[in-house]
Amino acid sequence: MTVDDETLVDELLGGKQRALARTITTIENREPGYRDLVSALYEHTGNAEVIGITGSPGAGKSTLVDKLTNTYRDRGETVGVIAVDPSSPYTGGAVLGDRIRMASNVGDMEVFFRSMSARGNLGGISTATADAVKALDAFGKDKIIVETVGAGQNEIDIVRTADTVAVLVPPDSGDEVQTLKAGILEIGDVFVVNKSDLPGADRTVQELKEMIQLRGDTGVSGGHHGPDHHALGDADAAGGTDAGTASAVSEAAAADGEAGNWTPSIVETVATDGTGIDELIDTFAAHREYMEASGRLDEKARTRTAEEIRLLLREDASGLLERELDRHGGIEALVEAVHAGETDPYAIADEVVDPIEECLSDRQDDPA
Amino acid sequence: MSVDQTQRSIRCLVAKVGLDGHDRGAHVIARAFRDAGFEVIYSGLHKAPDEIVQAAVQEDVDVIGISILSGAHNTLIPKVIDGLKEYDAFDDTLVLVGGVIPDEDKEDLKQMGVAEVFGPGTKMEETIEFVRENVPER
Repeated sequence: MTVDDETLVDELLGGKQRALARTITTIENREPGYRDLVSALYEHTGNAEVIGITGSPGAGKSTLVDKLTNTYRDRGETVGVIAVDPSSPYTGGAVLGDRIRMASNVGDMEVFFRSMSARGNLGGISTATADAVKALDAFGKDKIIVETVGAGQNEIDIVRTADTVAVLVPPDSGDEVQTLKAGILEIGDVFVVNKSDLPGADRTVQELKEMIQLRGDTGVSGGHHGPDHHALGDADAAGGTDAGTASAVSEAAAADGEAGNWTPSIVETVATDGTGIDELIDTFAAHREYMEASGRLDEKARTRTAEEIRLLLREDASGLLERELDRHGGIEALVEAVHAGETDPYAIADEVVDPIEECLSDRQDDPA
Repeated sequence: MSVDQTQRSIRCLVAKVGLDGHDRGAHVIARAFRDAGFEVIYSGLHKAPDEIVQAAVQEDVDVIGISILSGAHNTLIPKVIDGLKEYDAFDDTLVLVGGVIPDEDKEDLKQMGVAEVFGPGTKMEETIEFVRENVPER
């Protein structure tokens, strides 16, 4: 690590805003040495609670994040926010507009808000986001909120770096709720029906409820949800509920009797006037409690670390392969050869990888 | 060992400061910057100087473009610049001002640390070119 980087790490840990901002830039740009930087911060992480917020454009994510942040601040906690917006695949340009919605928290330097653009490199944005979260964590933020549009695998990878994932669903989504099934439904720990003062909110809540019941259908005894419940998904009475687990996670949300699974909660909010924000925060806390009590938090952290190691290795390997490609005359010449009918992509791949494989098999008896 | 694939992108903050509700110019600039491949953060209307400073510091932008049409530039710009200095962010941030600025004030603003003042009728390409050429080395 260079002297500059060491200073940067010291300043970041000392609480200097500029150092944190610059660290995130280094991570985002993948400047040389960014890995050393993250690696130096690593031991200072693990104290923050990370919440992921996703949902279709216009669902009210940024406004909700603003109100959540404000409420956390009122409770005396520091907050970091990372808002990821898409960028143009043609120019790479982007207008990152989430900051405008942070009206309740402007001028409060205890809130660190950072916009990031999805710069469209293979899976890179989720790594960059995860590393930026580490920087905020090491800086000492209590809560870190990652906000992103819920479209596509990249986005799902981003929110998966969070301990608790909230999916925003606008009212009257109709068929949209159906499409949520694929991908998004599986990742949601909490479903937020935002703009719940609009017509159609009740139906959306109902549809979500049905979908959640279908998902974890293990003899759910429906019909016991009171109409005025903001947080649904009470303990399922089926099969002799383990009362110990259920009480550990509070009544806002609950454990499924047999498997001890988390049944996703549904919370109704009106982000513009703050309705339901407290319930939402309580639900987040309940989910966190459940994660801790059930050991899932630890499990998730381990899975994440494993994925991180794999991802770094993949990056390194693809870097190696790029250089091998250059040695074979560069990708353009190879493409030309394929199009001239001289060879095919499979043969080229073999040609490039075979020597590497040979090197490795020579070393197999001698594991470094 | 790493891929060493730096992915630098010019980051800009387009800011409206003070009691001035005319943001068409700021919108046009934001779009033009985006189309030029920059990452643009737009502040929204009616921001106080310290809000602009907070955004600039946290977002670690290379460029701040402040749009002022209210005539209050002599009061507001120094506050932004002082704020940037306070957070150690002035030296590597390019500060630009756009809007209606009388000629006699331009020199003063530049003395304060504004890199350039772009008045009405400036070609978009000119501004973008200026940013590309003068973006601080980091």
